[in-house]
Amino acid sequence: MSCEDALKLLDAYVDGELDLVHSIEIQEHLKNCGACSITVKNHEALRHAIQRGSLYYQPPLVNRLLPPRTSLGRIYSIYELAAGLLIAGFFVGRFQPRENPAGQEILDSHLRSLMPGHLADVQSTDQHTVKPWFNGKLSFSPPVSDFAQQGFPLTGGRVDSIGGREVAALVYRRSQHVINVYLWPSPVSRDTSLQRSAQQGYNLMHWTRSGFEWWLISDVNPSDLSTFAGLLGAAAP
Amino acid sequence: MVVPHLAAAYNLARWLTRNDHDAEDVVQESYLRAYRFFDGFHGADGRAWILAIVRNACYTWLQQNRRKPLAIEDETLEVEDPRPDPEALHLGAVDQQLLRKAIEELPEEFREAIILRELEGMSYKEIGAITGVPIGTVMSRLARARQRLEKTLAGRTSHGGAP
Repeated sequence: MSCEDALKLLDAYVDGELDLVHSIEIQEHLKNCGACSITVKNHEALRHAIQRGSLYYQPPLVNRLLPPRTSLGRIYSIYELAAGLLIAGFFVGRFQPRENPAGQEILDSHLRSLMPGHLADVQSTDQHTVKPWFNGKLSFSPPVSDFAQQGFPLTGGRVDSIGGREVAALVYRRSQHVINVYLWPSPVSRDTSLQRSAQQGYNLMHWTRSGFEWWLISDVNPSDLSTFAGLLGAAAP
Repeated sequence: MVVPHLAAAYNLARWLTRNDHDAEDVVQESYLRAYRFFDGFHGADGRAWILAIVRNACYTWLQQNRRKPLAIEDETLEVEDPRPDPEALHLGAVDQQLLRKAIEELPEEFREAIILRELEGMSYKEIGAITGVPIGTVMSRLARARQRLEKTLAGRTSHGGAP
């Protein structure tokens, strides 16, 4: 193996990310190459210095990570808050009907959108092009964000119809998978936690937040879809 | 009831925002949103999932609060020889404060790669999932981050703060 080739793989070697064959080739190369050996030693010394040191920031005492004072005049720790939200989520999940009739319509709309030429009426990866495109086509302005940096690029949008109302459909991609995001103003002001379901091999997620009903549907794996839902939820006002 | 991965979330936020107070705000916001939003966690993916949310919150925060561009510093480093004559580091002698400062001065995409790799022990695949880039990009970012750190530290230890 030439020095040039080895140099490209030294980091992966130090990180234990090389397969056995390449690892052995690198080891052979290191026996005869002083410069690469020093680079490897330096990488290892650097790692040692980073890991040995006090570079890992410990979170402050948990009770300093506080939500603002509540109306009850006391402060909840993030633990209590988390517990409360989990319990609330449990009850919301229990007492809401499992089957949401919109789910089937979302699936139908998703399948329709995958037919040639139906996916997007405005094709753009720029959120500042997609968002204004909805002006005059809908009675509301949907929040639009691009997540290309996180691996979920925005590719366009269209107006669709769910349950007899006009809704915004945003189109994202994850590798070769299409993710449709449907949203429309919620008739209820109460936020709901996320609900997952699966129909005909597609994963659906639904929640209500910031005055909008949100639906996601895709054939992407549930873990990626959860990550994406988290990004959407964190980006919405 | 515990808050999973709080230490990892705070560590990443602290390195990306470079500020105690802002890191607390970003982490708190991330967890509030995560909990308000989800009724549970994601099994084995829990850490990657919360770190992706924290990272996104950090970048939003950085866009809104960017105090000074880092790009200028980058350019000056870029001009130098891509692989200087390797020179053994004597990191035993390296002051932790110097090392900390050298990492803080890395551009964010290099900094987060180093933090996730060396402090969280994550694989290239996991880092790629959190930062949304291919594994090859993770590798090249780590390589460039290490090159810069080693260059900075070698200059400061062997040459005693040469020009």
